[in-house]
Order: sequence, then structure tokens, then C-alpha cells
Amino acid sequence: MPYIPHTPDEVREMLDVIGVASIEELFAEIPDSLRPKSFAIPHGLTEMEVRRRLERLAAKNRTDMSSFLGGGFYDHYVPSAADMLLARGEFYTAYTPYQPEASQGTLQAIFEYQTAVSRLFEMDCSNAGVYDGGTALYEAVMMAVRHTRRKKVVVSEAVSPIYRIVLATYTKNLRLTLVTVPHAAGGDDMAALTQAIDAETAAVVVQNPNFFGTIQDFTSLFSTARDKGAVSIIAGYPVLQTVLKTPGAMGADIATAEGQSLGLPLSFGGPYLGIMTCRKALVRQMPGRIAGRTKDASGRTGYVLTLQAREQHIRRQKATSNICSNQALCALRALVNLCLTGEEGLTRQAALSIENTHYAAMRLCCIPEITLLNRDLPFGNEFTAVFPINAKKIVRALVDEGIVAGFPLGRYYPGLENALLVCCTEKHGRDEIDRLARKVEKAL
Amino acid sequence: MIPKDLLYSKSHEWAKIEGGIAVVGITHFAQEQLGDITYVDLPQVGAVFEAGQEMGSVESVKAASELYCPVSGEVIEQNPELDAAPEKVNADPYGEGWMIKIKVADEPIDLMSPEEYAEIAQAEH
Repeated sequence: MPYIPHTPDEVREMLDVIGVASIEELFAEIPDSLRPKSFAIPHGLTEMEVRRRLERLAAKNRTDMSSFLGGGFYDHYVPSAADMLLARGEFYTAYTPYQPEASQGTLQAIFEYQTAVSRLFEMDCSNAGVYDGGTALYEAVMMAVRHTRRKKVVVSEAVSPIYRIVLATYTKNLRLTLVTVPHAAGGDDMAALTQAIDAETAAVVVQNPNFFGTIQDFTSLFSTARDKGAVSIIAGYPVLQTVLKTPGAMGADIATAEGQSLGLPLSFGGPYLGIMTCRKALVRQMPGRIAGRTKDASGRTGYVLTLQAREQHIRRQKATSNICSNQALCALRALVNLCLTGEEGLTRQAALSIENTHYAAMRLCCIPEITLLNRDLPFGNEFTAVFPINAKKIVRALVDEGIVAGFPLGRYYPGLENALLVCCTEKHGRDEIDRLARKVEKAL
Repeated sequence: MIPKDLLYSKSHEWAKIEGGIAVVGITHFAQEQLGDITYVDLPQVGAVFEAGQEMGSVESVKAASELYCPVSGEVIEQNPELDAAPEKVNADPYGEGWMIKIKVADEPIDLMSPEEYAEIAQAEH
């Protein structure tokens, strides 16, 4: 069968029914200036030719760099078995099926994923995941807006600027007021955040560790929020969750995260995984799917999509979110990684990452011109180094040495042009960190 | 399962009006059509509705339906049990599964008798 959807006769017939003379006439509304100029598509190539061409292009990427880049996405070790398990045909789709109960394996996987991330964050419930950390945070804010029926959202400037841009873009036409509270030397300004919460506030939004790598305890802030009827939202970092005070222990109402660090490879922009967890009282506001475990009439265990009536395929106009594709494969990968790594493994991953990062911070601070932005505050597997010169210059100089030195903050934080966010994971060796320090010193 | 002492709306709500107060719920037929009810989103106490206005929703495992206010007036009470036990709507739609109480503002005009409702339910079955 040729790949021709309609024969010329069929096209003619359809045009006659509509009452237009040509396909061109159908597009008459689109001004000439906005039409494509040509569809000059090159001739087809053989598979071998395509492969050769793509391999040549791919070879231009440098994949042998020593990278200290973090900023929300982290290069943690992934057990090899994860790839094998993920490649199984039963799971290899981005979608949960529309006759879900016929796919018990998928539902069980989602149920176990929900259980695992709920435990990690010490929260009551989780959904099956949304697109990424940024959209998870946006959805959390919308949960708070629906729950409180209020319109003001207090956001710390120390929350990832990428998340904040997503939030601002998605809420642009929703008549919400986003109040951004400036950071204080790489920390969250607790006093200012507390002050900003009033009777109109739907939610207060923070991140731990924050974008500068700083670790903080938001228990008291969340307690104030509760007293004022506002919802507490915290974005976390799954791997470090094993060693940090959890969102649940701090009294957060909703905890979100970018799930990439749980076994998803870094691949230039995704796919990512938005983790969403919340207290039971808010589960009704949670977007997407929630799988549950139950028993059938004969007492056998069965898995079901417990909460899906708010989804767009059932009630489009009343859906809590139009994020319907739930990144099931990414969620499953996170689960597989969590199971393979185990609690102890994850804790060890976190401890090693922090250890390496503190070693890197110590090595860089031995260079006289370098200081730490958040020097008086605890940090995890990232810290912000401040140079006497623009951080981009350091980054450029080190690229030639095969090192990605970190994430320059000037793009998102005017005034911090000299600041560089440096990240380590368990994959970094001491020699690699020593080399970074030597090359940075040389570049200054 | 259509009690004789209630009034009914086309959208399958029932109302029991006594002393200017209407107790409101959904019919046995409605709960049967929805299946296992997982959540009832009720209007806030103090909310004021015209008859026929949307006031909340009922969610079941596979469907969600809007609730329409059968009478005009102000919501004065919610059934406090339904939040934790929405299945009461399935088990006892005219009793423990009642949803809200409304202080009736106007004499209801569009509500049907049990006999009229029986015909509607029969037709939709």
C-alpha cells in the first residue's frame, strides 16, 4: 500500500462536498507572508547514507568532557540492568492504556512508583508523574490555587529560575499574582518570605537544596503558611532526599521534584520526569493519574486507576490539568533505579556526592581570589563559587581543557555575573576535582 | 427505588422540602449509572444557587457528573460524612447519602413528581 492518504479522486470529492475549488482555497485565510515558501525536500537517502551522515554529525558532540554542570539535572550512576528492564516491550510506551485494568503490570509499576516516591519525600500520595520538574511545580501551584481559592503566590528567588520561568509562562493569563522574594546571599530570605504570606496567599514556593545549592529547613516557614491558610510547596532533589530533612518532616503540603536524577540519563533536554507528591487532604486536586491497589470480587489483588475522573479524556473542560501523557516509562525507570540502587545505595550516592562537592569547594576556596556565595550556609552537592572575573570567562577557558566548569549564574541573576554553580556527584574522582581546581587557578 | 415523598429534577437530583428547607441528593438511578462513587464535590455552605445551576460534581471510578441545584436558595449544610465515605451515596442515596441542605428561596417550579421521574428514568435506562 502506498503512503498516499487520499487519491486525487477522493480529494476532488471532498472539495466538492465542502464547496471549494482547490486545496489552496482552504488556506485562503492564511496571509501569503505566513505561508511556507517551498517544500523543497531533498531526495531520499539510503539507510546506510543516513546513518553515515548522522554519525558524522554526532561525532561533532564532545562526550568525553569532565562536567561539573548541575543546576537541576545531575549525572548520577545508573545500574546497567535499568536499560535492559526498560527495553521490555510491555513497558515501552509513554502512555498508560485507555483500558487500564487490562494492563495490570503497568498499573502495578505505577502503583509501586507512587509508593516509592511518596516514601522518599515522606508524603502521603503521589501521582504517576508529569512532564518535568518545572511543570510539576506549576501543577502544584494550581492545586494550591484551587484548594485555597486565592490568587497570590509567594515564590523564593532561590527557586530554580527555569522553574520560575515555566511558572510565569503558564500562569500568565490566569490572573495570579506571583510575588518573588529576593534571595539573601544564596540563601532563602526566611524573614521576607514569612512576611510576604498573608490572608490572600494561596501558596509559598521554595526549593531544597535551592538553586544555589544551599540546604535549609523550612519547617517554621511552612508552619506560618499553615496558620495563614496558605499551601506550602517545596521542590526537592530526589537523590539527596535520603540524607536531608524530608518535605514531609518539614510539614510541606506538596512536594515536587525533577526526577531525572533517579536513573534518567542526561540527554540534552529530556525526557524528564516531574515528580508530584502531596498530603492526603490535597489528593483530590492532584492532576493526572493515580493508581491504587484493591481486591476483586474473589479477593485477588488488582490494580486500578483510582483517580482519573478529573482527566481530560473523561471531562476535558473540568480537567485539573491537560497534562495527560504521564511519562510512564520515565516513572518506571525511576522506580527500577530506586529498586536496583536501594535505600542504602541511594544514601551512599548522596553522601559521596556531598563529600565530593565539599572537597571541590574546599579546593577552589584555597585559591585566594575565590569565595563562596553561600559560605555561611550548609550546601549539598552544589555550591556557588564567586570569581573576581565573569564566570563565563572561566567556563570558556576550561572548555578547551575538556572541562565543563559549571553553570554561570549571570544569565538568571543580574549582579551575579561572576558566580558559577559547581556540582559534583558520586561519579567524580578526587583527581578530576584537583584538575578542575588547577585549571580554574590557571584561568584566573 | 423512587420514593413517593420526594421531588425530582431531570438531571437526577432529588429534593425533600420541609419547612422551607430542602434536603438534596442524587437518585438511586443516578448512583447506579455512575457506579462506585469515589468523591463528591459539594458546594460551600453560604453559596447561593438558582434552580438548575451547577453546584458541584460526583466522581465515580470511570465517570464524573455535574450536580445541578434542584431548587433556588442558599446552602446551609453539607453532609459531613461524604468526604470520608462517598460510597454512602451508592449504599443509601435517599438516606445517609444525602448531600446538602438548602434554605429554599422560591417555590420550586421545575421539579417532577415520583411518577414523572419514573418515566424519565425508564426512558434513559
